[in-house]
This record gives sequence, C-alpha cells and structure tokens, in this order.
Amino acid sequence: MSTPTRSDDFPVTRHSVLVAMRSDDPAQRLRATETISAAYWKPIYKYIRLKWSLSREDAQDFTQEFLLRLIEKDFLEAFDPAKARLRTFMRLCADRLFLNQARDAQRQKRNGSTPILLDFDEAEREFARRIKPTSPEEYFEKECVRHLLALAVERLHTRCESLGKLVHFKLFQDYDLDRETEIPPSYSQLAAKYRLAATDVTNYLAWARREFRACVLQQLREMTATDGEFRREAKAILGINPK
Amino acid sequence: MNWLGDGTVDRLQANLQVPDLSGTRYRAVRFLAGGGMAAIWLAEDTVLQRRVALKVLDADDSPELASRLLREAHILAALEHPGIVPVHDAGTLPDGRVFYCMKYVEGLRLDDHLTRNPAISDRLRLLLRIAEPVAFAHSRGIIHRDLKPENVMIGPFGEVLVMDWGLGKVFSAPVSESSAQNTGAAELQREPASLRVCSTGHGSVLGTPGYMAPEQLRGEVARMDQRTDVYGLGAILSFMIGNSQAAQSNMLRVGNPVRAICAKAMDSDPNRRYATVEALTADIANYLADSPVSAYPESAVERLARLFNRHRTAVILIAAYLAMRLLFILFSHR
Repeated sequence: MSTPTRSDDFPVTRHSVLVAMRSDDPAQRLRATETISAAYWKPIYKYIRLKWSLSREDAQDFTQEFLLRLIEKDFLEAFDPAKARLRTFMRLCADRLFLNQARDAQRQKRNGSTPILLDFDEAEREFARRIKPTSPEEYFEKECVRHLLALAVERLHTRCESLGKLVHFKLFQDYDLDRETEIPPSYSQLAAKYRLAATDVTNYLAWARREFRACVLQQLREMTATDGEFRREAKAILGINPK
Repeated sequence: MNWLGDGTVDRLQANLQVPDLSGTRYRAVRFLAGGGMAAIWLAEDTVLQRRVALKVLDADDSPELASRLLREAHILAALEHPGIVPVHDAGTLPDGRVFYCMKYVEGLRLDDHLTRNPAISDRLRLLLRIAEPVAFAHSRGIIHRDLKPENVMIGPFGEVLVMDWGLGKVFSAPVSESSAQNTGAAELQREPASLRVCSTGHGSVLGTPGYMAPEQLRGEVARMDQRTDVYGLGAILSFMIGNSQAAQSNMLRVGNPVRAICAKAMDSDPNRRYATVEALTADIANYLADSPVSAYPESAVERLARLFNRHRTAVILIAAYLAMRLLFILFSHR
C-alpha cells in the first residue's frame, strides 16, 4: 500500500480510535493503529526532517520505526486525553523516540519486520515545498491540518465516485482546489466547461462543499482521541461546534 | 494524493467556516465577528438587494444553543425601538445550523468611539441614549444581562444601538398597565415558552466579568431584574469616565456626583441601587442640568458652587451691576 488506508468497516463512533486502540480484539486494535498511522505519518516525517535535520533516508527509517512501535508496542497505552491532544502526544512520542535512539547511538535498522509502505517520495516533495520558516512545532501543527484536509479531499473523491457524482467533485476541484489565483472561475465558465446550467453549478458546488465538510469532520473524528478533543479541534480548524 | 498548497489550505478552511446558504435568499459576503456560540456574517439579501447581517449558530446539533439563538431573535422581534437592531428573518440553514437575519449596522463600538475622547458631558449624554432602549426593553419585561461597551454601537449619524440580546431574559416584574396597553407587552408576557423560560435558569453563570452584577455572578437567576441592567449601565458609565485615554491623563474632569451615581448604580446590594433605569438617567440628567442628584448629598460649599455654575450668567450680571453701582457711589461721594 502506498498509504495506510482506513478500513471501511472501521466503526466510526465517538472516541472510536482510542476505544479501539484499547480493545481486546487485536484486529480492531490493528485497524485503529492503521487509522492513526494514515493520519499522522506524513506530519511526523516532515516534522522530524525539520526539527532534527535528519537526512531523507534516516527520516524514512525513523518514521517506519515510529509506526512499527506504534503498532507493536502499544505506544498509545500511556496516552491520557486529559493531559494533551492526541496530535501533541504523537509529536512528543516522536521526539522521545528520537532522543532515546540518539542516546543509544546504536540504532540499527530493524531486521525481520515487514516495512510499512509509505509514499516517502511524495512526502519529500511536499517537504521541499515548505516556504515560511516556522518552528518545527508550528510546522507540525500546520502539516496536520494540511494532511487532514488532503485526506478529506480523497474521501470526498471516493464518495463522489461511488455516488456517480464525479462532476460535483470536478467542480469542487476547479473552484476550491486547483486554482492558483485569488479570483475563481465564474459559474458561467464552469457551466460551459461541464455543459451544465449555471444554477446546477451553484447547487452541485454547494453539495460538494457540504459533503466535504462532513468528510473533514469524519476524518477529524478519527484523528482525535476523545469527543472533547474532537470538538476543540473542529472549533479551532473549522470554527464550528459539530454534533 | 493531491498536494494542497498554503493558499488552498487557507481557502478550504475559510470555506468550511462559511455557512451553507444554498437555496436561501442570502449570499455570504464576509465574516464580521465570532462569539462563544455563533458567528456574524455580512450577507447580501438577493431578493431585496441589500446588505444584512446573519447570526449563525456554530453548532449544527445543539437544541439548547439553537433555542437560545431563536429566543434572542424572538426578543429582538418583540422590541421595536430605534436603539435596538431590527430582526428580519430566522430559520435553519441547509447545513442544519440555526440563524437569524438582522439589519447590518455600520459604525463604531462604544469602546472604539471613546478613543475620540469626547467631553464628559457628551459621554453622559451618550449614556442617556444607551439607557433608552434598555429602559424600553424593561417596560416590555425584558432584561439584557450583558451590557458592556462592546455591545453598544454608535452609527455614522450618531445613532446608538444596543446589540447582542443573546442573554436577554423575561423577568417577572409587573408591567405598567398603560405601557402594556400601548405596546402589546401583555402579548409578550403570553409569548411562547421559549421566551419565558431562560436556558440559564439553573444557576449557570453567563455574562461578562467586570460588567456582571454580583447576583448574576453568583447565578442567582431569581434575583435578576431591571436592577441587574442598572448595574451594567453603571459599569459602562464607569468605563466611560475611568478607562479612557483622557481619563488616564487627567484631562477628563469627573465630578464627585458622577462618581456617586456610578457607585450607586453598581452597588453590590440590588436594593441600594437605582430601582429603575429611569431613576439612574434622571440623576444623570440632573447632573447635566446642574441640579442636585439623589446619589450625592452635597455640602453647603458644593451647593453654592453648583448654584453658581447653574446661574453663572445671572450671578455675573448681578455682580457686575453691584460693582458698577458701588463704583458709582464711591465716585459720586468725592
């Protein structure tokens, strides 16, 4: 797999990730770990590249190591939602793991473990695109939001495809995603491009945005540990208090 | 996976916050302000082709907050007064969020307006105008409970509006018969339960520290009445005379009677406050007219000084006449 994907049968409920991570059922634990990995591997990779100035290869090894420990060592057992957000906890775990490894100075590549297939080339291209010099912590926060939105876009695309509404997604893509200028294409231009009535463009775009909002919330729910954290993050990122 | 540039991330985040107005007569123009439970958006009413303000609830599934926002809309609809922003419409958006539409008010908040350093008499006259819609609401049996400089707008033509009635509450004080007959207050008293039942009626504390009366701070809902707003107006007066740049540089000369009015309005015991907003404004009007104020028992010297101020022209004319007369007598005896 190029990116750890969320299993479609993963129970999306409140506290789903945290509850599943602590479940007695290994399959459920594994699915939860996959979800967390999919949501955080890229921000972690970019963060350690920036914070600890690791080379590309070392950062890849480190990210693999981090995720494998997450899966195998019940990394999240120590997580206390009352003390920190899951996102902050993950970043601190990455820091701690790096410092431990540096102290040991005997880090060796793991033998015998199957590496998780991650698209590090893509992550590296994105890392190279960073513009403003920010602190690694700020950068990590920003990358988490970027990754959240990117995953939600993917989710929206899948949903549109399954509902036979790819035109809706393309309109969303043209209007909200791909344009490089401040001025969006006009509705009449989009109507001509996709052979639609201008009113359809309005309605389709509104639908796609509504669905995108739902996708973001769904994704965010899987990236947070508790209902309280989910609401705080939704308020901070989206400015809303979701149900 | 598609790379989302910074511009795209910012745009998506901004779009996610825009209320879904599809299928409605409104089109979002820009975000104006955000609060604890709702955001205010500048929007265009495409039917009437005018700008309006939409107050949209943040939560899409909170019956308590939804009913509080609708209660605010009901209160605004019931209070037709030039000093209270009119509400045009209310409902639920396609994304499930409750909203109401009101007049878009351009102008300055009171705290911003005071940076222009108006004179003390202008400040006091301004407070009289702030008190008007509050007294009007009291006559309809409604108290505001969140009076503060941020909730007062001064329009470009000097109009004064009291905003944000989100904590407004129907209190049980009797409404005078004449005002009830004239203005339909009796109907308001029979209004839906949503108006009468206050969602903060279980002792929870809502309001703004520094402007909340002690009984409000303690969550004593049953003790809140128009004197709670008298405290809020006193706190605004205190801000107007004490917290401005002019006051801090001692350019603003505030008399003892004004300080006494402020202290009486903000007394921790509601029974020792002004009983009504009208009593508070009467004292301020008296001060502006150089008449005695009920809150400040003056000494003989102060009384003389006040009388001098009040009848300054007459006193000067009489003194000039007497001086000339005296000079005339002195020169005529030589």
